[in-house]
Amino acid sequence: MLKINNLHAKVEDKEILKGIDLEIKAGEIHAIMGPNGSGKSTLASVIAGKEDYEITKGEMLFKNNSIDELSAEERAHKGIFMSFQYPIEIPGVTITNFIKTAINETRKARGEKEMPANQMLKLLREKCSMLEIDRKFLSRSINDGFSGGEKKRNEIFQMAMLEPTLSILDETDSGLDIDALKVVASGVNKLKTKTNATVVITHYQRLLDYIIPDYVHVLFDGKIVKSGNKNLAIELEKKGYDWIKEEINN
Amino acid sequence: MSKYTEDDLKKELETKEYEYGFYTDIKSDTLPIGLNEEIVKAISKKKGEPSWMTEWRLDAFKIWKKMEEPEWANVKYKKPDFQKISYYSAPSNKPKYNSLDEVDPELLATFKKLGISIDEQKKLAGVAMDVVIDSVSVATTFKDTLNKKGIIFCSISEAIKNHPDLIKKYIGSVVPKKDNFYAALNSAVFSDGSFCYIPKGVKCPMELSTYFRINEAGTGQFERTLVIADKGSYVSYLEGCSAPSRDENQLHAAVVELIALDDAEIKYSTVQNWYPGDSKGKGGVFNFVTKRGLCEKNAKISWTQVETGSAVTWKYPSCILKGDNSVGEFHSIAVTNNFQQADTGTKMIHLGDNTRSTIISKGISAGKSQNSYRGLVHISARANNARNFSQCDSLLIGNKCGAHTFPYIETKNKSAQVEHEATTSKIGEDQIFYCNQRGIDTEKAIALIINGFSKDVLNKLPMEFAVEAQKLLEISLEGSVG
Repeated sequence: MLKINNLHAKVEDKEILKGIDLEIKAGEIHAIMGPNGSGKSTLASVIAGKEDYEITKGEMLFKNNSIDELSAEERAHKGIFMSFQYPIEIPGVTITNFIKTAINETRKARGEKEMPANQMLKLLREKCSMLEIDRKFLSRSINDGFSGGEKKRNEIFQMAMLEPTLSILDETDSGLDIDALKVVASGVNKLKTKTNATVVITHYQRLLDYIIPDYVHVLFDGKIVKSGNKNLAIELEKKGYDWIKEEINN
Repeated sequence: MSKYTEDDLKKELETKEYEYGFYTDIKSDTLPIGLNEEIVKAISKKKGEPSWMTEWRLDAFKIWKKMEEPEWANVKYKKPDFQKISYYSAPSNKPKYNSLDEVDPELLATFKKLGISIDEQKKLAGVAMDVVIDSVSVATTFKDTLNKKGIIFCSISEAIKNHPDLIKKYIGSVVPKKDNFYAALNSAVFSDGSFCYIPKGVKCPMELSTYFRINEAGTGQFERTLVIADKGSYVSYLEGCSAPSRDENQLHAAVVELIALDDAEIKYSTVQNWYPGDSKGKGGVFNFVTKRGLCEKNAKISWTQVETGSAVTWKYPSCILKGDNSVGEFHSIAVTNNFQQADTGTKMIHLGDNTRSTIISKGISAGKSQNSYRGLVHISARANNARNFSQCDSLLIGNKCGAHTFPYIETKNKSAQVEHEATTSKIGEDQIFYCNQRGIDTEKAIALIINGFSKDVLNKLPMEFAVEAQKLLEISLEGSVG
């Protein structure tokens, strides 16, 4: 589904990604771990198409087509979704209005008709009950005055509504207490199918107790330095990142 | 990666031509340029006014001559030469029509371009129109329906002839001739405008609507509007403007007076889209308006305005809360782009006990424009338990524009409660990226953010106006987003 070959990217002349190779297939969950500043969030932003980053070498293929030249919205239309580490506030715009616009813009880009209102309503209800969200929540302005947990839950709700092929969850666990973490993780698990894929970016192993990854990658200084299964995450938790650093330096 | 940046958007906005920039070629009957007593008399004579009205105008002219153009507003412009303006212009073909067939086809075409064809408007449920082109009313509809309820809705010239008692009693009672420079000028030379009287206890069954339009090159427009809501009555009044694209600056100095007697309510909504000038700041309308309402006991006046046009705007729709328990509201969205300058706000004068006022002002600045909110909340010594809540929010697009807030609060009574909140924000790249990531392109994202920002005010507009206002916001700021 997503194939990244020798990807280098920089922001304002500072090289952050220094040769990433990664392949993600349908039905898989990948976890990307690593210390602060290793380039995890940059990788997520580069895949999503944030303009601040410049790709200097390598390429990204999504369903066998290069996405390097596509705008962020074009990538979204193709089914790439990113859950933000710090979801953005848009005062006065309700979640319903926002998600309706997002769905219809995506349908328009795909040459489809707008979703009829009754169908939209049905989908909203369905996803709300699936993620155990009170429908009053939908009338609130996007992320405006939301708690950390509400923000992340809103991200997962949008993911549920947009039904992306590839979801990248950037530090979804940051700022969440254990109960909120469980709710968010259970949402992600419910949305899992054989045809979509998820990338979980995290500092800590604890999220991976609830979202079980097929692969774990360790990102360090802009490169994936180690890959393994879920046991790698447990080992990291025990030994810390210094262990990896030492291994690389030797 | 996306090629469409905020800079591209800004460029697109600058090159976007004024949508309604066209000029209708109708024969006009225009007075020679310049202003003196003879001109004032000539205007009054052309309109067939009684002598008391001529005297009233001449008195205003005398006052105006002694006054100086104010300079305190946060706007910079070349002062108009008042001797180079023609003070009267009316379509010279038949000024009055019984049916649309008699109306100049060019005029009808103008309405069509504006998307306000009278024909359509007539059919649209509940909108009566008194259409003003330059200075004289050319079509008044729905009169019969209103007549049955005893509602008077006509041009001010007709009212001067047919309802002299009401005019004598109320004209200049809220905005006196000597109130300010432009009000004095308007009082001397006002060309036409609307008059509305709602009798005791009558709820006006439809939104009353007037479309103004400046049409003759070099003609100043001096509208005079007077709305009287008698005891216990209700009226919602809509005013919308759009001017054709002209090179020289056009002066617009209107006066609007509202009188809400005991237990009456007046809702006055404006969508203003005068020609703002081109992307280099050339041309555009100077809009110096005095709007004020007087509330008697338990009365309520609410002003709602969406201001997207004019090169220079100077406008403070105000409420004098004279009666006990009276309520004043001001809801405003002011958009400035390119070189536009707006200095707008309100005055809430609390005189009665338990008077309440609410001010919600939303300023959106783009390009190199300057957008100022200027407001006064005055609580007099004898106004017990007065309350005010003000909220002034500014939104900036790009980094060459300015937003300014000048709130003045004068409280002379200790029981008053006055609250003021203000915020300034910028449309952030992060917000746009967030929308992009969800499949919403940059133009649509900006429309969404602007609408969210303006929602509190848009919600106050009557339905048919809210849609138009939303459209105007998008036209003014987002290029092709429709």
